[in-house]
Amino acid sequence: MTMHFPRDSAKVHPPSLFPYYTSTVKRAPKRPLIILPQTETELTGPAYGHEVVQPGDSDLTTQHEGTPIGQRIIVSGRVLDEDGRPVPNTLIEIWQANAAGRYVHINDQHDAPLDPNFSGAGRVVTDNEGRYKFITIRPGAYSWQNHENAWRPAHIHFSLFGPSFLSRLVTQMYFPDDPLFDYDPMFTSVDPKARQRMVSRFSLFTTIPEWGLGFEWDIVLRGTNATPMEQ
Amino acid sequence: MLGITPSQTVGPFYAYCLTPTKYKLHEIFTNDLIVPGLEGETIRIEGRVLDGDNVGVPDAMVEIWQADAKGGFAHAREHQGANTGFKGFGRVEPDNEGKYHFITIKPGRVKTPDGKLQAPHIDVALFARGMLKHLVTRIYFADEESNKDDPVLMQVPADRRDTLIAKPQSGNGREKVYRFDIRIQEGAEGPPETQFFEA
Repeated sequence: MTMHFPRDSAKVHPPSLFPYYTSTVKRAPKRPLIILPQTETELTGPAYGHEVVQPGDSDLTTQHEGTPIGQRIIVSGRVLDEDGRPVPNTLIEIWQANAAGRYVHINDQHDAPLDPNFSGAGRVVTDNEGRYKFITIRPGAYSWQNHENAWRPAHIHFSLFGPSFLSRLVTQMYFPDDPLFDYDPMFTSVDPKARQRMVSRFSLFTTIPEWGLGFEWDIVLRGTNATPMEQ
Repeated sequence: MLGITPSQTVGPFYAYCLTPTKYKLHEIFTNDLIVPGLEGETIRIEGRVLDGDNVGVPDAMVEIWQADAKGGFAHAREHQGANTGFKGFGRVEPDNEGKYHFITIKPGRVKTPDGKLQAPHIDVALFARGMLKHLVTRIYFADEESNKDDPVLMQVPADRRDTLIAKPQSGNGREKVYRFDIRIQEGAEGPPETQFFEA
């Protein structure tokens, strides 16, 4: 059985050029893209599973001596393909700002404190049902230079592989009802009908009493089952 | 059918997770794909990632995916969980001038679905701050006769193919060196932009 990767599905991705996000202006091709046939190079993909993840990688609150400041959250969900089938044994990498909206990255100069007990990077591999779970701190919003008084809604960056080079996805998970959505050039670069696919939902079911709030978010990657040719 | 999750930019601060050379996190991916006992010709691919002002892009991320010397892939379906053998995947953060390099092997030839042999090539995924979705291109090699029959190159206008060809450089005494610049956007003057693909 092989996967099939309909091109139309990928049209939901934002455009390369979206002038409201000013950095796209010099970083978008001017020439039209050419359709790449889906050969074995595209239909296969990197194979990284449980062997690359270390114990504790998925708990961002226990990577240092102390406990990080902020609201403890449990982020969980499933990775699925377009048919709704789970994507098992696939690596997820996440990174995020701390509760004050500051990244550990050496180039982040936002005027907010670093937290010595929080790095903000995690990894997990999905189980046989495509499930994943991270424990982390709810990230803060932060200010950036795109336009006057620009603030990014709180988000967690996600990087996923899925079954092939074509299912590769880097995206961001947002939190429900963020008042900054309408002012954000990244969030609004996506068609309004598809924006909610990037927004997690609060879940009392995954919330742990006296401990942390649960947010659930399913991620859908490109790919369907190839239908056998019927005569 | 479910709708897929839209792409968002990798942003400027991915390195402490995805390429954590300068950070505490253990590294999974590097720009050196060589493993012990690997068959094939070792090569170095080097170049720059450049924007529409012909300026280097330091906050990009380059990933490559390729076959081994015999044209086979270390694919998930064959994956047995052992972290041995050629993975065929590399990832690198360019330096402050947008320079990057990979050490790998020249890939073998891979078939198309209708059985035609392709010229040796490497798939590239390019991410960056300022890119809401990643771009896809391919690296071919200037010294491959089979380029002239490659079914993908033949779909690229003749005057655009050169942007997909890595050029041999004077050697460094260790491995054969190829140059491959990735120009995201061409300016009013200067070299043409790299041909990108809708995959």
